[in-house]
Amino acid sequence: MKIIALESSGNVASAAILEDGTLRAEYTIDHKKTHSQTLLPMLDEIVRMTELDLSEVDAIAVAAGPGSFTGLRIGSASAKGLGLALGIPLVGVPALAAMACNLYGSPGLICPIMDARREQVYTGIYRFDEGRLNTVSGQEAMGIGELIDKLNDIGEKTIFLGDGVPVFEKTIKESMRVPAEFAPAHLNRQRAGAVAWLGRQYFIEGKYESAADHRPEYLRLSQAERERKARELKREGKNPSDAACPGDAV
Amino acid sequence: MNSADFCSNYLYTVNKKTKTAEDDIMILAIETSCDETAAAVVRNGREVLSNVISSQIDLHTLYGGVVPEIASRKHIEKINQVIEQALSDSGTTLDDIDAIGVTYGPGLVGALLVGVSEAKAIAYARKLPLVGVHHIEGHVSANYIENPSLEPPFLCLIVSGGHTHLVIVRDYGGFEILGRTRDDAAGEAFDKVARAIGLGYPGGPKIDRFSKEGNPEAITFPQGKLSDNPYDFSFSGVKSAVLNYLNHARMTGTAVNRADLAASFQKSVVDVLVSHTMKAAEDLKMDRIAIAGGVASNSALRNAMDNACKERGYSFFRPSPVLCTDNAAMIGCAAYYEYLKGTRHGLDLNAVPNLRLGER
Repeated sequence: MKIIALESSGNVASAAILEDGTLRAEYTIDHKKTHSQTLLPMLDEIVRMTELDLSEVDAIAVAAGPGSFTGLRIGSASAKGLGLALGIPLVGVPALAAMACNLYGSPGLICPIMDARREQVYTGIYRFDEGRLNTVSGQEAMGIGELIDKLNDIGEKTIFLGDGVPVFEKTIKESMRVPAEFAPAHLNRQRAGAVAWLGRQYFIEGKYESAADHRPEYLRLSQAERERKARELKREGKNPSDAACPGDAV
Repeated sequence: MNSADFCSNYLYTVNKKTKTAEDDIMILAIETSCDETAAAVVRNGREVLSNVISSQIDLHTLYGGVVPEIASRKHIEKINQVIEQALSDSGTTLDDIDAIGVTYGPGLVGALLVGVSEAKAIAYARKLPLVGVHHIEGHVSANYIENPSLEPPFLCLIVSGGHTHLVIVRDYGGFEILGRTRDDAAGEAFDKVARAIGLGYPGGPKIDRFSKEGNPEAITFPQGKLSDNPYDFSFSGVKSAVLNYLNHARMTGTAVNRADLAASFQKSVVDVLVSHTMKAAEDLKMDRIAIAGGVASNSALRNAMDNACKERGYSFFRPSPVLCTDNAAMIGCAAYYEYLKGTRHGLDLNAVPNLRLGER
């Protein structure tokens, strides 16, 4: 089984080719956010180098979100185009769950955080049990303070990773009452290899969709929709902060 | 083929099809520059085999205008369905397609990126040449589809929500810009005035319909004339005049006949568009006149331009309204002529939101 994976949810652009249990190629850069100019040339490079025949690919795995709205759409539209052209399905992989897989088998909790601006992070809490990724708390946007409270309540050693770390490392160190560790450079960002690995599991479990049906998971409404919802709630005499999307703590 | 035609460092493997001059060239075109998700299959540049447009207008009406993030989200939801529909409507499959054409600017960057990323991936996976198209060149090309005999050179007035240009189309994809707007685009002025008189979004078609009930001679509004370039336009003056008129009426408690107001505003804009175009035609001895862009579907503009051309013995070309709105058939037409010239884009093709006319 051959899977192509694309990851462009944050500053990292990454493409990978997974063949059964072998990661044939992975090309990852964390430079500038010019994914529209880099992602497909990167894929082409590894396709050529591994002499991959695209007609033999079974599915396209793509980091579905959360992340930068535009970045997600570049990955998503590229994956949808490949899926349409090759007549193969897509596997939407939660970006934070895939990142947690970088730390396969680590004891304790794994907590990827992506900077979501407005003092918030996109985050999820994960744990490996007998080699399987288990979700302690699913992907959502929340305040960094709320996340730390939650982790303190669970009370286990936690490893943080993701581009939220440089932004919130100081806050985390000051406020965590349980041991907090930070993943090293080669494991602490998005990697298409992890998207491919998790995507392959989903694919085997039948969790895939048609290229036409696939869409990113933003976890947040657009600003215009949020503001309109808040206005409506206000008109109805309700608390406008309830307009925040699910998990979007205000 | 000129090496300058290669617009990229990242060219990929493309199937070499053995085609003779008589063989058909089939282009699958994709357009997502604003709030329409569109795809089309076009044979030999001018024969439209399918033209699918999924409009988001109802969604944006709630906000009184296009919301870029919502537009981008809708594009990604719809794009594959729209492309698949365009292929099936045309009775073709990707196996029949010779090249992929896509709008890469100008427009909303997030919206453009959906079409560009999708087009690149399809072209790459099927080893097809990729041709990036300028959105406004697409609008001009809509005239070729509608008028099979039309060939450059001709004079073209391009009027839309984002653009107002008077150009000589020297060649396919070759433009000489005579004049442009100094401030608002004509369509933008329509939208703003429609909002001010309570007609809502989209302003152009609403003012067009509403004006039919009003007297265009009721109120005289200024016509933006600029001394240094007789072909340039300015629409902020007439827009302000309308707003001032409304303000004054409100302060003095005078009733406003909104239909008269809309009709008079529209006449002021149409008059200046037509008079500039006629002046350019006379000055430059051009006797073939075309219009293009969303505002080219405005009935008052079409009638006035038609009459002015008839009086002078000029030929007048205009696309039917469905080809004036954003669509992919026009992109397929423009892509065809670029394809023939040898234009090929690579996998690093990016969206260029402020792409200038004649630039690539």
